Parts: sequence; C-alpha cells; structure tokens
Amino acid sequence: MALFATCVTDTLYPRTGQAVVRLLERLGCEVDFPEAQTCCGQMHYNTGYPRHATALAGDYERIFAEYDAVVAPSGSCVGMVREIYPKLLGSARAASYSHELSEFLVDVLGVTDVGAYFPHRVTYHPTCHSLRMLKVGDRPQRLLRAVRGLELVELPEAESCCGFGGTFAIKNSDTSSAMLADKISGITRTGAEVLTAGDNSCLMHIGGGLSRLRAGVNPVHLAEILSSTEEEPWQAVA
Amino acid sequence: MAGRGVTWLGTPTFPKAARTALADTQLRTNLRNATTTIRGKRAGAVAELPDWEPLRRAGEAIKDEVLANLDTYLERLEAAVTARGGVVHWARDAAEANAIVLRLTREAGADEVVKVKSMATAEIGLNEALAEGGVHAVETDLAELIVQLGEDRPSHILVPAIHRNRSEIREIFRREMPGVDQDITDEPRELAEAARKHLRQKFLTAKVAVSGANFAVADSGSVVVVESEGNGRMCLTLPETLITVMGIEKLVPTWSDLEVFLQLLPRSSTAERMNPYTSVWTGVAPGDGPKNFHLVLLDNGRTDTLADTVGRQALRCIRCSACLNVCPVYERTGGAAYGSVYPGPIGAILTPQLLGEDVDEQAKSLPYASSLCGACFEVCPVRIDIPEVLVHLRAEAVESKSKAAPEAAAMSALAWAMGNPRRWAAAQKAAGVGRLLSRGGRISGLPWPGSRWTASRDLPAPPKETFRAWWRRTRG
Ligand code: SF4
Repeated sequence: MALFATCVTDTLYPRTGQAVVRLLERLGCEVDFPEAQTCCGQMHYNTGYPRHATALAGDYERIFAEYDAVVAPSGSCVGMVREIYPKLLGSARAASYSHELSEFLVDVLGVTDVGAYFPHRVTYHPTCHSLRMLKVGDRPQRLLRAVRGLELVELPEAESCCGFGGTFAIKNSDTSSAMLADKISGITRTGAEVLTAGDNSCLMHIGGGLSRLRAGVNPVHLAEILSSTEEEPWQAVA
Repeated sequence: MAGRGVTWLGTPTFPKAARTALADTQLRTNLRNATTTIRGKRAGAVAELPDWEPLRRAGEAIKDEVLANLDTYLERLEAAVTARGGVVHWARDAAEANAIVLRLTREAGADEVVKVKSMATAEIGLNEALAEGGVHAVETDLAELIVQLGEDRPSHILVPAIHRNRSEIREIFRREMPGVDQDITDEPRELAEAARKHLRQKFLTAKVAVSGANFAVADSGSVVVVESEGNGRMCLTLPETLITVMGIEKLVPTWSDLEVFLQLLPRSSTAERMNPYTSVWTGVAPGDGPKNFHLVLLDNGRTDTLADTVGRQALRCIRCSACLNVCPVYERTGGAAYGSVYPGPIGAILTPQLLGEDVDEQAKSLPYASSLCGACFEVCPVRIDIPEVLVHLRAEAVESKSKAAPEAAAMSALAWAMGNPRRWAAAQKAAGVGRLLSRGGRISGLPWPGSRWTASRDLPAPPKETFRAWWRRTRG
C-alpha cells in the first residue's frame, strides 16, 4: 500500500505523515511513499482551475496505479479523489482504492483499537468533507474511544463548518473569521487540551485562530494521536 | 443596468456587503436564532419519513424530465390553460413581463393590486415597475408586508423578514401602518391582528391580484400555490382578475408528480408535514373565483441557464429555503449581502446564471461566497449539487478573466511546480524560508494578500524538514 501525504501535510505537517507511517507499520502494513506524488489538485479545482486540477488528477492515477491501496490523512483530499476525479477524468480507478485514514483502519484493516495511548482531554471536529463527501460517520470517534488514557469530550455544534474552505478563507476572510470565532468558542467551552480532526488544512485554520488567541488548546491530527504509544508518547512541538 | 433585473442595483460585492452585515450584532443574533430553530425542526420532520431519499430522487428525476422536454410541457400547459378559459402570455425578460402585468391591470381599471407568493415578481422588480405606471402593489404575506412597510429588502426566501425581531416589527407597524393603535405591544398575536385588519380592507376592495406559483400541472393547466397564512387564498379568490407570474421551470407533468413535491416542500421549508393552505386553480369557473385569469410565463435567463449542462440543475429548485437555513455563510451574513431576491446557496448559483451575459461584478462575487462545506447539497430536496455548480461558475469566472491576473499566475505556477516532484521539492524549500517570518513557531503578520489570513489567524512556521525529505533521509 502507498501513503499519499497530501501537499499540506508534506510541506507543513511532516509529523502527521510520520505518524501515519509509524501507525500503519505497527499494524503490520508495508508502507511506501512514491516520491513522484505532489498534490490532489483540490485547491485548483475549487478555485476555478479545472484544467490544472485534471492534470494533477492524471498524475495521481499514474503514480498510484501499481498499489492495492492508497491511504491519506485527509478526508478532503480523498473526497477529491473519490468524488471529483471520476468527473474530471471520465473515470478514475484510484477512486476505488483510495482511503481516508479512519476508513482504512476500520473498514480495510478491521481495527478500532490500534493500541494507542494518549492521556489527554480531547475534542473532535468532523471536517465537512469527511462528514459529507466521504461519510466517515463515527469511525474517528470509535478509534478515539479505544485510545487508552484519552478522554473524549463532545464538541458543541460539531458539524458546522470551521470557515476554512481553501481560498474562501482569503477571498471572504471576514465571513471565514466569523465562522472560525464560533468554532473556537465551541472548542474552548469543552475545556479540552487537544483539538483533533482528520484534516490538517482545517486544523491549520482552527489552530491559527487558537494560536492567535493563545487559547491553550493544541491542534493535533488524528493520526498523531493514534500513533502515540506508552513507549513512544506524542509530544507537543517545542 | 442589468437588463434582466435579477440583482439589486448598487449592491456591493459579497465580501464587502458581508463585512457590513457581520458588524451588525443584532442581525447576527436574529439570524442565528431563527436558522438554528428551523434547522432542528427540519431534520426532525425529514427523519419521520423512511423513504426521504427515494422521494428526493423522485423529485430530482421529475424535474430533470421536465427540464429536458421543457418546450413540450410548456405547450401542453398553454393548451390546457387556454382550453379552460385562461390567457397565457410569454415574457422573455423582466421588462416584457412587467409591461404585460401593467397593461392587464390598467385594462381591469385598477390602480392597486394585492400580491401573494411573488418571488418571480420580486425577481423582475414588478412593484417598482407598477409604481412607475401609477399602480400601487400591496404585499399580503405577513413577512413581505413587514419588508415592504419597512422599505427594506427581503433577506430570506420563505421568511423575508427573518432579520427582524418582534420589537423592530412593532416599530415598523407603528410608523408605517395607517391607523394602527400606537399602544400596540410586540406580542406576535397583536402584531398579526394589526396586519390582518390592515389587509382585510385591501382584499375586499382590490380588483386585481398578482400571484406567483409554486407549481403548474402541464396536463390539466392547474396552477398551485402553497402558503401558511391564508392571505394567499383571499388574493386568489376575491378579486375579479388574477394575474399569475411564473418562471417557466415551475412545471410538473401530471397530478401524481405533484404529490412528490407536496411532500418534499413543506418538510424542507417549514418543517411541517403538510402546509396549511394549498390553493389550486384551473382556468376560470363561472360564478366562482376570478372572472379573468392570466398566466405570464417568464423566461428572464432561464433558457440560457438550461443550456449549461452543469448549471441547469439550479432550475430544479422549488424555493424551499432549506439550503439557506443550513448554510454557515448565510447564517452570518444574512440575505441582503447576496444582493438579489435569491439569497443563500441557491442565490449564489441562480443569480449569476439568470443574469448570464449581463453578469456584473456583484454577481460574479457570489460563486465565491461559500466554503463548499456541502451542507446545502445534503438537505436539498431535489438534490441540487450546489457545490458542484459553485465550482463550475468559478471556473467560468476565471475563464473570462485575464490570464495575467495575479491569482491565475499563482495557480499556474503552483500547478507547474506540482507537476513534477523535483520542482515541487524546490518550491517547498522556498516556502521554508517562511521560518524567517516566524516567532515562537508562528507567523502572525503577512503582507497582502496573506494579510487577509493573518488578520485573524496565525500560520505555523514551516518545519525544518518536509515529510518527503524525512522519508528520503530515513528510508530512501
Ligand atoms: S436549492 Fe434546494 S434546498 Fe435550496 S431552496 Fe432550492 S430546493 Fe430548497
């Protein structure tokens, strides 16, 4: 199987990529990272540049053609591959074997207890594309509940959008910030120390707001929580 | 001026209008309360039906069939209406439709009309056109009346005065409603009573009524209006002349098709199992109801929309407003920011399409007024994939722009770098220089346009080592 790291994780959040590798290897998978990969093309597609997106989609199809499965730590990018690639390319084989991390763990590997240890109070934000495009349902929560030491607290109005939306965050920055403010107020009300989600792009947005407010809540990708063990516990970035 | 008159003149582009709306805390509170309540109720009403998904698919299929054979069904409707004593008029755009209604009103010898359920007439600016011709139009939907008296603009499809709370409405009534008791309180019952008295007089004296239509049945020539106050029924039965203005996409083939929509619409819009009043009329019936019935079939950009294979699904819309109530953007900005009678997610795709060639800067900003969260698609009773159309319209806007625009150049450069892993690694290295801007692991101030991000959010400092560099170092 192959890891699709996504451009955001590769560039800004290498720890998430490393966590996926560690986690999947611990569960007995043989993970490869085809270095020709770059980006799924979603930003181009959503901003109105379908031709660029189609070229990147074609690359993805070629690069991952030889693998049985592709796993990505992003509901958004997998949503792009599964829902949009077939429209852009006419048909896309990759759509059938690309999985978001929680789907892969629960549906393909058939595990919910991945042997993780994470002694923190955590709240989970279901990102829009995981929720509505991929319909990952409660898979992430099931995985989180099986983590030793972890206290999962419910996020108020969890399903409302955080306001990221790619270039929306820039083009309509005022509206985006207003949505973010409401999301953050929900998060701080939970008293959680850690906010988790299955998408680093949303975590970058929410985390950016939390950091600006010095809210004392750490944004941590789901993969990093699941890869944390008693022997090798997760550590906050210095 | 936009020839089709779909947008309100002089409205600023969405991001600007949104900023003004966001600053209005009363507006935000009113909207948040209203949409949160109706959202919850809708979810409950929909969950009651085990066959909701098949119903949605049926609604989608019926509308698609109508749209694919619109010419045939419209001719069938015209024949049926004519056979039952009605008169059918065809209007290519707003100006033609307004002229027809004004002429018919004058021919009926009236200088005042009562109106009900009239989104299509709001789209074409009929009230203003009638006023220019010396005819006063009276809105009879309670919320429409509030908007009209307040010299305001509607901000919601179903509840045009959603942005107003009770005490604001009381003030409007005291100021604008002739003869109203100045001691009126803000109790809903008292407010409704005042409106009823005011309207009763209008109903009894009006010679002409103007209505919209929710549906028309092609086979029988029947026109359908659903409403919850009963005022519509007064308009549809009391005056001598009834003029209905209807978008050409509002057709269903048969009575049994109608059944699907009479289930989908009330649950999606007001979260009711069935709407309180459903009025159906077929031509004229001697001794009962209006003596003259005119049906104005309005194009105003619809056939152009139909020509777009991705965008045409917007014409399936039954104006239930479910997409508004779940939209996180609409919830913060309200309807006025969309600058047209069609606000929210559906407005963002319908307005620019109806305007077509006339598209202005304001309408061009609408397809970007969404975070593409997908909540609208999830609730739409006729399964309009609004995010898909938004992205499609963005691509059209990009096409019409110069390739040298900064965004287009940046997107092309990025795609070029991403087209090859060596170039991409080099670009990542360059981005890593961003570390220089950071303090304590975060970046808090970027130059424009990045400043639009850092105004409210930090960015993480790029790490020393990308994932691919790590992979190469440890595994490669
Ligand atoms: S787009 Fe769909 S949800 Fe929105 S108003 Fe139209 S029918 Fe209702």
